Amino acid sequence: MEHTDLLVDWSRAQFALTALYHWLFVPLTLGLTFIVAIMETIYVKTGDIKWKTTTKYWMGLLAINFAIGLATGIIMEFEFGTNWSNYSWIVGDIFGAPLAIEGLMAFFMESTFFAVMFFGWEKVSKRMHLTSTWLVAIGSNLSALWILIANGWMQHPVGMHFNPDTARNEMQNFAEVVFNPNGVSKFLHTVSSGYVLASLFVLGISAWYMLKKRDIAFARRSAIVASSFGLIASLYLVTTGDESAHQVALTQPMKLAAMEGLYDGEKRAGIIAFGVLDSAKKIGDDLDPFIASVEIPGALSFLGYHDLNAFVPGIDDLINGNEKHGIMSIPEKMQMGKIAVASLGAYKNFKKAKDSKHAAEALKVFEAHQKYMGYGYLKKPEDAVPSVALSFYSFHTMVGLGSWFIVLFIISLYYTMTHEMHNKRWLQYLALFSIPFGYVAQEAGWITAEAGRQPWAIQDLLPVGMATSNVATTSVMITFWLFAVLFTGLLIAEVKIMLTQIKSGPEGH
Amino acid sequence: MMRLMETKITHFFRSVYYLYYDGFINMRVGKTLWLLIIIKLFVMFAILKWLFFPDVLQERFDNDTQRSQYILQQLTQETSSHGTH
Repeated sequence: MEHTDLLVDWSRAQFALTALYHWLFVPLTLGLTFIVAIMETIYVKTGDIKWKTTTKYWMGLLAINFAIGLATGIIMEFEFGTNWSNYSWIVGDIFGAPLAIEGLMAFFMESTFFAVMFFGWEKVSKRMHLTSTWLVAIGSNLSALWILIANGWMQHPVGMHFNPDTARNEMQNFAEVVFNPNGVSKFLHTVSSGYVLASLFVLGISAWYMLKKRDIAFARRSAIVASSFGLIASLYLVTTGDESAHQVALTQPMKLAAMEGLYDGEKRAGIIAFGVLDSAKKIGDDLDPFIASVEIPGALSFLGYHDLNAFVPGIDDLINGNEKHGIMSIPEKMQMGKIAVASLGAYKNFKKAKDSKHAAEALKVFEAHQKYMGYGYLKKPEDAVPSVALSFYSFHTMVGLGSWFIVLFIISLYYTMTHEMHNKRWLQYLALFSIPFGYVAQEAGWITAEAGRQPWAIQDLLPVGMATSNVATTSVMITFWLFAVLFTGLLIAEVKIMLTQIKSGPEGH
Repeated sequence: MMRLMETKITHFFRSVYYLYYDGFINMRVGKTLWLLIIIKLFVMFAILKWLFFPDVLQERFDNDTQRSQYILQQLTQETSSHGTH
């Protein structure tokens, strides 16, 4: 069976839609749980009741976000079974084990301590309550760990063995899967981005109170925590981003080249600080990829390989190969992949015919070429290249906004510490309008990671075209629009309930 | 000793019960949120999952051996379409 491009595109679009909507809710929970834990710690340490009011107010907004976002990720599980059944089967227990741990951890840790956190203010001791709040924060972040380990494995599959009899990957080394550098850096970068978003959220809403000239002391208290936590998280985000980029350079060089619009590899490769891509640029031609650009020399070599003089391969190098730098061309990999696929087929047939001698020979050939198996399904070398425009612009949007947030947190921290923020209307407006940009940066980060790794569902092993199920395209299209309506409804509900709560203020809470 | 243990256990479960009971009774925004959660879960599981999201491999095949064979067929058949078999 050959999947139609339309079915693959709609399956991908549906997954992207649900993941992007899900990701509107999750990062705020990841970060806001820590912010309320910090606020409550100050309350317990100082005994100042105002900090209790502050904590309870932000906890209320956390509850709204948590409740609306709850179970939005389950939709993706539905999609795995229906639209991505080949993929689900092939990943086997590699995906199942981390997701099962995530489900159990989320259920027991979050639901138990969430109840104490929300209902237990007057029922348990201060310290017990504070412990519960911290456990909710740690628990929700650990839930993210497992799903990101699974995602990290898709980007850099390790610790498994492909069983040619069952067509499933079997986990051979749990530690290798859990400590996969790609998964670890992805987890740290993702959760720290959630801390930044939550800080922007708290800072922006605090700024709104200042603009309205109400609850100023409450707003200042909140802004101090948000600015300090946001600044620390933003700076940490730079280091985790650096490690993420390093891992991408080592394991997904095509993604890195697409993120930077780099066609011709070079030593001392620069990062494009600002650039406009030329849509006429084609792989292998001599056209400049950019209509206009400002470059930081050597920065990409340093970011990717922690060496200013390192060679960074471009898209053309990766397609055509580069003997000098030991890069195999995509056509060669495709040839190896086709041998892997053909020998797997031969193995299957020999086994069926009970010809164990030839089956063993076929298996040997398969194992020798297995790591290029996915390339065997590509129709042309260019299929190995993700959308350069999507990767480039989403990456640069994320980095540009991330840099702005650092500046914003420095300024807001300075003015909250000097008791001047409530007089700085320009800063209040900047903080308020930075909230949606926080969400834009989050979504841009997801697009960079997921669109940048195309065409792979599992890096080098399984392209998305082979991962999809043989289902009716119309059915996928219908559910795409159903989800669009459902999630948009949830988003509207969240915004409406949040706005009502924000308007009622900390005292009316 | 046993009696004291029993009393402590009973007290613990009573406290847990009242933690949830009072919490739910005194909810304000929480009631709207729970309503939303229930509607959302109903739409997801009773409508979307049931009508549109069958587990394809579970439905089409009786056992794992058949599923494996099907996936292997998928993985290897592609080659023939490219003429490399």
